[in-house]
Amino acid sequence: MDIWLMLSIPVLGGLWQGWRGQHPEAPWVNVLVSALTLLAAGNLLLEVARHGVVCTVDEQFRLDALSAFLVGLTAFVGLTTAWYSRSYLLHECEQGRMDGPRLRLYHGMYQAFMFTLLLALSTNNLGLLWVAMEAATLTTVLLVSLYRTPASLEAAWKYFILCGVGIAQALFGTILLYFAAEKRLGEGGTALLWSHLIQVSHQLEPTIVSLAFVFLLVGYGTKVGLVPLHHWLPDAHAEGPTPISAVLSGLLLNVALYAILRTKVLVDGALPHSFAGPLMMGFGVVSMLVAAWMLRQQHDIKRFFAYSSIEHMGLLTFAFGMGGLVASLAGLLHMTLHSLTKSAIFFAVGQVAQRWKTHDMTRIQGILRACPRLGWGLLLGALAIVGFPPFGVFTSEFLILTTALREHPWAVSPIVLALGVAFAAIFGQVQSLTLGEAAGVENQATRPSMVPWFWHLVVVLLLGIYLPPWLLQAYRQAAHLLN
Amino acid sequence: MPHWNPVPFAQQLLDLFAALLLLIVFAMLSQRRILTLIHLFALQGMILALSIADSAWLTHQPHLYYSAALTLGLKGVILPGLLRRLIGRLGVVWDVETLINIPTTMLLGIVLVIFAFNLALPIAHFSHTILRNTLGIALASVLLSFMMMITRNKAVPQVIGFLAMENGLFFAATSATYGMPMVVELGVALDVLVGMFIFGIFFFQIRDTFDSLDTRKMDHLGRD
Repeated sequence: MDIWLMLSIPVLGGLWQGWRGQHPEAPWVNVLVSALTLLAAGNLLLEVARHGVVCTVDEQFRLDALSAFLVGLTAFVGLTTAWYSRSYLLHECEQGRMDGPRLRLYHGMYQAFMFTLLLALSTNNLGLLWVAMEAATLTTVLLVSLYRTPASLEAAWKYFILCGVGIAQALFGTILLYFAAEKRLGEGGTALLWSHLIQVSHQLEPTIVSLAFVFLLVGYGTKVGLVPLHHWLPDAHAEGPTPISAVLSGLLLNVALYAILRTKVLVDGALPHSFAGPLMMGFGVVSMLVAAWMLRQQHDIKRFFAYSSIEHMGLLTFAFGMGGLVASLAGLLHMTLHSLTKSAIFFAVGQVAQRWKTHDMTRIQGILRACPRLGWGLLLGALAIVGFPPFGVFTSEFLILTTALREHPWAVSPIVLALGVAFAAIFGQVQSLTLGEAAGVENQATRPSMVPWFWHLVVVLLLGIYLPPWLLQAYRQAAHLLN
Repeated sequence: MPHWNPVPFAQQLLDLFAALLLLIVFAMLSQRRILTLIHLFALQGMILALSIADSAWLTHQPHLYYSAALTLGLKGVILPGLLRRLIGRLGVVWDVETLINIPTTMLLGIVLVIFAFNLALPIAHFSHTILRNTLGIALASVLLSFMMMITRNKAVPQVIGFLAMENGLFFAATSATYGMPMVVELGVALDVLVGMFIFGIFFFQIRDTFDSLDTRKMDHLGRD
């Protein structure tokens, strides 16, 4: 029942927005709907904490520790991004880049997107998970091309086609998995239910399951942005409105990775040797290296941080590929921290881009002088994302590295190299953006809003200093489900 | 004297439909005219629906009849109709240019078919359904449609390639298994339909912005 409640709030909100999304109260309604979603999600989290698992409709929907934690994260970032997009859209309207129909499209699709993410997380049916992931692309593709510039249309077309083709591979993988499963579970509705599959995973045919995983990894990996399937990601992040960049980076990539993790557990159960792990580790290391290298060559500030997202997704894929309780726990922690930090950075970047009226980093200087709050936001966000202690990212990266050192020493040097290159690139770039004389500011009118990014960074800082025992327990339960 | 087990008629029919599907994908690969491409796509949808109905008859799975009806309606009628109206309103009747010339495409296609059959061999081996020889064809149609998307440079043929790939996947689902659960099929159908509408919106946006539906003009990102 509670799952229905959580899923129906964004649907109703999206319908309302599709009807009256251009009115002045629409941004507030967007915030309100997101807040209600967060409340419903919080209620579900408590229930999962009490009972362990929450199911409904013949187990078609099911939340356990892993999905519940991601539901909480998704609803939280959904709310803060809705808050941020209020001031962002106000500014875009003043600049004449937004009008009534676009506002309606934006608000409606924003809630529809949140719905697809929550559906992907709360369904137990791997087929519905696929449907939700595809729907997540469909809801965001028109937002990427919202400004109708040639570049944004190109980015959206690329996003649509590449993710569409990618996700078609995932559908084939799902079909193969169903083919393997229906021998054990019989045909009909239950053979795609994850909770049933996991119980018979050791009886599934290894050849089919491993082939299915390859297709699923390539398919969902396209959405995670794993190299060499990442080409849509920097463009889609750079050309869409900044709140959408924040939720793409902070939420969509996580949910796609979640889809891979769910199938990885099944494959690990079906195969006597480790097959999924090494594959994911390989993808992860290559993604990190390529992304770190590409970071150095970027001039567009949003593309720059999009490549940083690819790098972190690579690290996460590697961590979950290693497996084991510590690595999985570190991975989940890193997932949380990356979402919060990266969306905070995009909140700051969006306001910088609005003030300087450019994405070109060579033309932005002296943010600290011109606008101290934004400067600090960007500086602290960058420090947090490169893993500077005491921010939480340091803890999770440290845990991942020490586990790698113990279990897969071959991977340590490429990872440290990638982290080092990314550190130098981000630190150097942010230094030149924030320090020095202010130059090129075009628009100083409104006061920058600092609410969402400030709270995100506070949470990231607190999690770096002190991880409360109940939270650690929740992470441990979720990590346990991955092994 | 060896035991002679005659292949049932429905099974032979299914093999025929599978072969026809493969033939249609090859025809699409070699087709230069966009309207004919849409007709071929409609034909593909209808044969897919027939083959699903046939496997429903063969395996006594009533839910596959619904699936066949859904496929016939969506892929045989609605999507081709939408595409025709779209190109009518866009005013495009051009001949499709391909990036690689057509004989080379065909040869590459044959290589892909061999690859697909080899890939499907170990899986089909496990199939206890009577539909085992069709999985290779399904995978081949997926790969060939994929190649069609790569070798065409206009937006509309790329989308037709995308939809044809989706048809291949559905054929895989019915040939390897007894069809996906109904709720999943409905979800996928909804996604495809919504996707088609978004493609339609895109065609107009792209044409208005670039004065053409040639996706080669969209290659400026990431070059700075």
